[in-house]
Amino acid sequence: MSTHVLASPVLTATSTDLTWAEIPALVLPALGDTLVMVGVTMAIVVALGVPLGVSLDTLGPGGLTPRPVLHRVISAVVSVGRSLPFLILMAALVPFTRFVTGTNIGIPAAVVPMALAGTAFFSRIVENSLRSVPPSLVRVARASGASPLQVLTSVKLSEAVPSILGGLTINTIAMIEYSAIAGTIGAGGIGYVAVTYGYQRFDHNVMITTIVVLVALVAVVQALGDAAVRATTPHSRRRVPRQRRAGTSGATPSSSSPTVQTSASASPKELTDVHH
Amino acid sequence: MIELRSLTKTYGEGQHATTVLDSLDLTVSPGEITAVVGPSGAGKSTLAACVTLLERPTSGAVLVGGRDLTALPEKDLREARRGIGTVFQADGLLTRRTAAQNVELPLKHLGVVPAQRRARVAELLERVGLADKAHRYPHELSGGQRQRVGIARALALRPSVLLSDEATSGLDPQATASIVALLKELRDDLQLAVLFITHEMDTVVAVADTVARLDHGRIVEHGALVDLLHTPSSPLGRALLPRRAHAGSIAEDGATGPATQRSVWVVSHAGHRVPADWLVRASRALGTDLELLGASLSTVAGVAVGHAVIGAPGHLDDDDVEAALIGLGLHAQREESDAAEQRAAARTLEQPLEVVA
Repeated sequence: MSTHVLASPVLTATSTDLTWAEIPALVLPALGDTLVMVGVTMAIVVALGVPLGVSLDTLGPGGLTPRPVLHRVISAVVSVGRSLPFLILMAALVPFTRFVTGTNIGIPAAVVPMALAGTAFFSRIVENSLRSVPPSLVRVARASGASPLQVLTSVKLSEAVPSILGGLTINTIAMIEYSAIAGTIGAGGIGYVAVTYGYQRFDHNVMITTIVVLVALVAVVQALGDAAVRATTPHSRRRVPRQRRAGTSGATPSSSSPTVQTSASASPKELTDVHH
Repeated sequence: MIELRSLTKTYGEGQHATTVLDSLDLTVSPGEITAVVGPSGAGKSTLAACVTLLERPTSGAVLVGGRDLTALPEKDLREARRGIGTVFQADGLLTRRTAAQNVELPLKHLGVVPAQRRARVAELLERVGLADKAHRYPHELSGGQRQRVGIARALALRPSVLLSDEATSGLDPQATASIVALLKELRDDLQLAVLFITHEMDTVVAVADTVARLDHGRIVEHGALVDLLHTPSSPLGRALLPRRAHAGSIAEDGATGPATQRSVWVVSHAGHRVPADWLVRASRALGTDLELLGASLSTVAGVAVGHAVIGAPGHLDDDDVEAALIGLGLHAQREESDAAEQRAAARTLEQPLEVVA
């Protein structure tokens, strides 16, 4: 029954909703499709977006090696990619997509416009992250004889890692949204299910399920992204044990006074350090 | 050894050109700390940027160890910059690297092999007294400690010149004192030529061997710290040891009382051989007790410096008082009735130097 429904969703449209038991067989493969679509897209986005973002920052005014003309060209191209709404970009790219993938339906066809829109988005995120690295750090490295490439890798990219990971999280979530839009042109995935069953057949059970799945998916991606940012930021990483220590000492007042004493005895030690 | 020869930096062109450095000459010898002071906008930051050639000077030369850096192409310049260690106001430590990794970075960029890097980093952190903090991240260190890591990093490539661009600004007095002590140690042990750019006069008195005052892109006053402090007419000397209000200035306005009968003298150390008991000796020589109304005395580089305001009984002859004081190696000047104005004038001279950047 469920395979029959899948095969011709529109023709068999009735007022009867799918039962809850039938939904996993419909939604789980679609979730798999979404994950593949977003995963492949993000791999391409990172591979293209990082170099693009780096060139936007490096070639721009005040960058490591300013090239105003080249920067303006790259910036204009990226801005065009950013300015079209995804639905329009997707439709406009159909000939290009068919040229690259040989088809204009299914996952491969969705990945092409998603990767293009995502790359434009991500290159701006990378550029912004690199720009946020304090110029004083760059100055110090340059004053100690670092080459522009060394400054880029060991100062700019290295310091921007948490920020770029945070941006990657935002970007991935945006791609999940784009995959749902791509679903409307038959790309498969959660978006396709939501449109064909939830919207066109008014199947509330399916609609609710896709919403729950999407919310859960975004929550998981966000949690993973936050964890990655924390893991790469020393001052947020170290704060956790410190808070715990403060918590335990607060719970047992008798142990809090030794903690205070050790911290007080540590500061005079630093003061004596000062004199040699 | 670093020499700046008619260093000029102009921004903009034609009518809108602004000359920030105006044929500036300055030499810092090995084992010497030269402080460059000046108000905001005097060109201190530009000077620092030009010394490391992060900004190309418009004209003039920057010579480090006899080699003119301004003549070098960008690629050789990177190598030449390694001869100048730089410490900036913001310590500039990379937040995601430990103290040891921060110090290691210039060595890594130079291509030093890991074993040698580790040895050198350990040696440097030991040198600045942070051997036990090697694996701490910058946020776990105090401001003074971070600046020490900055100094260790600046020394990583064994430079002959150390440029300190407001390195102690923003630190608390204790941390400043520790950085000053460290810089003096390094000056002596490594025979570094230290160019110390700052706006903090107290720090200059503590750290400098010679002082240059920068104003409108020119060095308007330059000399050994002790000499400047021994020259009462030097605006820089006055700014370094500011005069304070004294009791005489209050009593002066009173028409009655003992104040009217006393002459007020401003006395300052004019040389190395002022005896510590000069007030007693002068009183004895004049046969009457002198009053101490206000004083600011201290020891700089083992030499007594400072100034005092004393009151002499009105019946004494001015020439006698002056002779007695000058005989003790002091510089003496009678404060006239328009003394208040003079003090105000002295204060305005000091003011532009004390502006907090």
